[in-house]
Amino acid sequence: MTLTVIQALASHWRAHRLQLATLLIGLALATGLWSAVQAINAEARASYDRAADQLALGQYDELHDPTGPIPLSRYVDLRRAGWQVAAVLDGHLRIDGRALRVLGVDMVAYPALPAVTQLEQSGTPPDPADILTAPGRLLARPELEMLLAGRASLPPVMTSDALPPDLILTDIGVAETLLDRRGEISRLIVLHDQPSAVASLTEIAPELERTAAASQLETAQLTDSFHLNLSAFGLLSFAVGLFIVHGTVGLAFAQRRAMIRTLRALGVSMRRLVWLIMVELSVLAIIGGILGLLLGFFLAGALLPDVAATLRGLYGAPVSGQITLQPQWVLTGLAMALGGTFLASGHALFRLSRMPILSGAGLQAWRSAASGNWVTALAGLAAIAGGVAALLVFGGLIAGFAMVAGLLIGSALVLPYLLARVLIVLQRAARGPVAQWVWSDMRTQLPGLSLALMALLLALAANIGVGTMVSSFRLTFVGWLDQRLTSELYVTAADDQQGQQISEWLTPQVDAVLPIRSVELAHPTGPLFLYGVIDDQTYRQKWPLISSSPGVWDRVMDGAAVLINEQLARRENLWPEDVLAITPTTSMTIAGVYSDYGNPTGQAIVSMAQFDQIAPRAEARRFGVRLAPERATDLAQALRDQFDLPRRAVVQQAAMKAQSMDVFEKTFVVTSALNILTLGVAGFAILTSLLTLWTQRLPQIAPVWALGLTRAKLARLELLRSVLLAALTAIFALPLGLALAWALLAVINVEAFGWRLPMYLFPADWVYLLLLTLCAAVIAAALPAIRLLRLPPADLLRVFANER
Amino acid sequence: MTCEDERNNPLCSNPKCGERNRWCVTSGQLVKLLQILVKMGTHMLLKFDQVQKSYPGGRPVLRDVSLSLDRGQTLALTGESGSGKSTLLNLAAALDTADGGEITLDWTNLSNLDDSGRAALRRTSLSLVFQQFNLIPSLTTGQNLSFHARLAGCHDPDWCAHLADRLGLTDLLDRYPENLSGGQQQRVAIGRAMAAKPKLLLADEPTGNLDETASATVLDLMLSLVADTGAALLLVTHSQEIAARLDRRAHLTGGHIE
Amino acid sequence: MSVRICLILLMLALPGFGRAQGYAGLGGSAEGFSVPKPGYQFHFPQDHGPHPSYRIEWWYLTANLLGEDGRDYGIQWTLFRSALKPTEKEGWQSPQLWLGHAAVTTPETHYFAERLSRGGIGQAGVTADPFEAWIDEWHMRGPDLEALHLLANGADFGYDLTLEAKGPLVFHGENGYSVKSADGQASYYYSQPFYDVEGTLHLPGGEVAVTGKGWLDREWSSQPLAEDQSGWDWFSLSLDDGDKMMAFRLRGDRGDFTAATWIAEDGKATAIPDGSVAFEPLATARVAGRDVPIRWRVTLPDRDLDVEVSALTPDAWMATRFEYWEGPVQIIGSHSGHGYLEMTGY
Repeated sequence: MTLTVIQALASHWRAHRLQLATLLIGLALATGLWSAVQAINAEARASYDRAADQLALGQYDELHDPTGPIPLSRYVDLRRAGWQVAAVLDGHLRIDGRALRVLGVDMVAYPALPAVTQLEQSGTPPDPADILTAPGRLLARPELEMLLAGRASLPPVMTSDALPPDLILTDIGVAETLLDRRGEISRLIVLHDQPSAVASLTEIAPELERTAAASQLETAQLTDSFHLNLSAFGLLSFAVGLFIVHGTVGLAFAQRRAMIRTLRALGVSMRRLVWLIMVELSVLAIIGGILGLLLGFFLAGALLPDVAATLRGLYGAPVSGQITLQPQWVLTGLAMALGGTFLASGHALFRLSRMPILSGAGLQAWRSAASGNWVTALAGLAAIAGGVAALLVFGGLIAGFAMVAGLLIGSALVLPYLLARVLIVLQRAARGPVAQWVWSDMRTQLPGLSLALMALLLALAANIGVGTMVSSFRLTFVGWLDQRLTSELYVTAADDQQGQQISEWLTPQVDAVLPIRSVELAHPTGPLFLYGVIDDQTYRQKWPLISSSPGVWDRVMDGAAVLINEQLARRENLWPEDVLAITPTTSMTIAGVYSDYGNPTGQAIVSMAQFDQIAPRAEARRFGVRLAPERATDLAQALRDQFDLPRRAVVQQAAMKAQSMDVFEKTFVVTSALNILTLGVAGFAILTSLLTLWTQRLPQIAPVWALGLTRAKLARLELLRSVLLAALTAIFALPLGLALAWALLAVINVEAFGWRLPMYLFPADWVYLLLLTLCAAVIAAALPAIRLLRLPPADLLRVFANER
Repeated sequence: MTCEDERNNPLCSNPKCGERNRWCVTSGQLVKLLQILVKMGTHMLLKFDQVQKSYPGGRPVLRDVSLSLDRGQTLALTGESGSGKSTLLNLAAALDTADGGEITLDWTNLSNLDDSGRAALRRTSLSLVFQQFNLIPSLTTGQNLSFHARLAGCHDPDWCAHLADRLGLTDLLDRYPENLSGGQQQRVAIGRAMAAKPKLLLADEPTGNLDETASATVLDLMLSLVADTGAALLLVTHSQEIAARLDRRAHLTGGHIE
Repeated sequence: MSVRICLILLMLALPGFGRAQGYAGLGGSAEGFSVPKPGYQFHFPQDHGPHPSYRIEWWYLTANLLGEDGRDYGIQWTLFRSALKPTEKEGWQSPQLWLGHAAVTTPETHYFAERLSRGGIGQAGVTADPFEAWIDEWHMRGPDLEALHLLANGADFGYDLTLEAKGPLVFHGENGYSVKSADGQASYYYSQPFYDVEGTLHLPGGEVAVTGKGWLDREWSSQPLAEDQSGWDWFSLSLDDGDKMMAFRLRGDRGDFTAATWIAEDGKATAIPDGSVAFEPLATARVAGRDVPIRWRVTLPDRDLDVEVSALTPDAWMATRFEYWEGPVQIIGSHSGHGYLEMTGY
């Protein structure tokens, strides 16, 4: 019997192939976008974990010298005093324009690294002599082999999968040659098994600072907000996809009521039917989910390189650009597909199960279910209020997202009510009979379309909101770059000595030579980059201060005060006249806060004299050079010739800005891509809704046609209706999108990245988006309209045909 | 009425109701007009001449059907189920096109009309009452009542009010069709049909879905309105009783008029 | 001292490297490295220092001690040198690797620690004059080999001892040329077995003042094992009558190779040829998942020696990068006394 029932149920899908396709596509889109985001996140997190494990990061305390590199002799001093430490030399190498991190470790003393262990266990374990003695070996991921292999200047390459991307692991002896930093050590790792009695650090090496393993800022932690952002987008796309599923399943159930009534009359229990339908839905969900996973896999593969670039640029977090199929997000994806299907069809299933055996066919009842009545609208208002309340009461990133979610969901729920009100007003104002009919007919269409329109509203609002955020950010960022990158030339000397020579050579020829010196301090709040500046008009006039106390530059240059960046200010709630402990022994008053984009870390600026006291041995080989802009190109070449500097050692301002903008643009590639995809899904939702409404449209259209409107006119009206609804939705989406933009700029950004951005409005973008939406609406309505245009009169006549 | 419509019409029958006797012909058309006047009596409103119609599958529905209806005349079309009554009616209403033969309505040869021409004809010259799906669900009773007349561009509020009164719909004007009984719905349909003061009213089993009482009321109202406005009526029915109340009767058997 | 662990070091640099032949890769070839030859003339103090052109070398000190608490103790202090290439360079570029092993054995427990470094940076090394061998804070420091200060620390133990030599250096084999197999593999090998030791052990239970006897082995080579040899049993026995004996057995697929040196009280050494000393395991103990002989019968009929040698603590296992057994032993039978036992390849 079960088989017979299944055949009967399945026959519906045979008869309604388009509906089946719509359902599967809806599921696939929902699952696909969600899984793509999950896959990207999983891949990134896996990369962080791998990096942490493979390099044993965050498992050991570390010793730093805040004033500069640690000399080799210090390491031996510590060792000979019994301290079990291991030396690490960390630096960057640019090969063919690709920045690679070189991690030189003392392979003899360093704890067993998974990458090395993997090599040892391979079929041809390397000879330790090769690794430890000249020329040494470079260990890198297989994808770097092409880049590194066969270069005369580089040692031979060995590959291992157990390494983070864009990293060269090598013996410290090789690294110091490669980086040209002989005898230097970046940091010492304090190994676990220390002898029972050793002299204290202050006796042997008082200049070194010990950082506890736990306080080292973890990449995963750092990038959490970024991934949360992506997840939120994924969820939005998922929700939009579910609108399609909901619509399709609801219609399919309604259309099958007659069949189900017959089956029940023939003695099939409701319980059995509900079970079978649930099984049917599960099978469909799994098929749709698998399609979605495939889609997601390819989508993630396409997007990941840009995400990786963003994470590298923004956080310095290494992420592999290749996506691998991980069971974690495969299972989540399928679970989401199943859960989403039942979420979207639960209501329809419930109503079906409660259906009296003798009730009518009930298409009408289904339609009114999603209608824009005031109860739904009230629920929407409650959701908006709840979101705002969450932000006011709790605050923080999660509450920020809660507010955005409340705003979006609430507005979506209010939308049908608003649209219905608008249509009523328009209908009242209408003069001609056709116009009157069109408005009234739109109202009857509204319940069937409202889910799709809600999806459109969400997609549009997200587009406007995110678009406004990105554009505002871009405008701010460009302005900020103009303020920050004031020097016409940026010069990097080979070493401090050459730096001195260059400085002396330049001084008589240019307006000003501005040394750029910085040091990374281990601060209780995470890494703190300290910069020293000399007194120059450039800073006084251009530095982008967002908050300051009177006489800010005088106080800083007198060595009495410090400037900090916005990230640090917001994170630690430090503002002018508060005190910042730069090192355990140096505390200074904060005189100002400056905006600083593109990195998550804290920064502080002191006068060069102060800087020299805190970090006397910090390298002094980078300069900004102020001169008449038209002389920049010539002087850059002269500098290169005079000091035999490589091309990239002298960079002009424009190139620097271009680089920065490039990183910026890459950061938002994914966001834009997801945005467009979401809009596409919403467009598809409209199409599917129109198609599913199709069968119900004929009884509406046939009398009008019979009364003397041509099919061509009716088809044009169909298009017009779709465009009008989309346009109305777009109008409602605008204020919602701006509210979303505000939330992103003033709440989410502050929590996630540590900076607050001013909001700018871009009406031209809105017009563009509106046109895009209207196009989407026209495309979505085109298929039903063409169908109508080509509809044989016989089909329309069938509406009148009586069952005689 | 558009120029396109004019090209298709040998006679430019004026779009405005009540002024339809105004001529607007060119000299060339005048000759044609005279020929037509000779061919068919001036009283003739609808003429089927050897009309043939098949279903898409090829099965013939109407075979050489010839029939004529004069202005102001009422005709009952009877026949078994599937005899082709509705098809004939749909052809008369310019909802469908014949495969062979000629249909002339108010001096217009329907086979010469394209889709928009047929639509224009439906708007201006005739009205329809079906057994069901007659009303536009999204419009109120009042809007439905005046809809056709407004489409045709000859809306007369007084006439509509009069109709509503005659049909007993005055209190129902703000209701939607789904809230009306079958008899009420059909009265609205008749009202809408008559609001445009058509020359020809086509009715397909207008009482087929109604009980006896409602059926009698609807039929009475329809016949009295037709009589009052001087419209012709082509009514498809399988009830001999109803047929007996009309001027003439034609019986379809196997797609052929006996 | 016999073959000793040493070459371990070759593989040590990177944990887990070591799939070569023989125990810890000691059976490898000696390409590019110097090879010991008979008739070598030792020069001191230079030869107390390192010989970078040889692949392996060690400074290996063991001592049997008696605590003020009346209990027996043993200590080990070893510095191995292993060359990846037969040269020395400054800084991280140095191909010389150094490995330190230290242990204290009590009647109940065996404490040990390990240190690893490369040469060239000053973290580990040996100088001949004044004599000092060191790795991290561990050191064996003289002015010369006659008087030494010895220090080592682990996570849970340490010691601080002074040593004074009471006799001459002893040269094994043919004037210090010690043959290790029938194929002729050999090393340079001499000892200072006459140390009086005094000092303090730092143990989890507190400090223990100790006195006793120490034995230093110096050995260097480039390929001390034949290809078929998989491990060895090495004994240093100090008999109560004043005589001492160093004896070892190299276990090979093609038969064992034995050698020994009988050392008279005045330091006069007599080499004892292959096959003269007999070794017979009497009992084994389950140590670190293997069966290790901890009671032996050692016989040398020429000297009327027939003794039973048993471990003070069966669990004297060095669970270092390359694992072996090394611990103090007691001697009963035809002679009595104490000594040290090293077993590898189990």
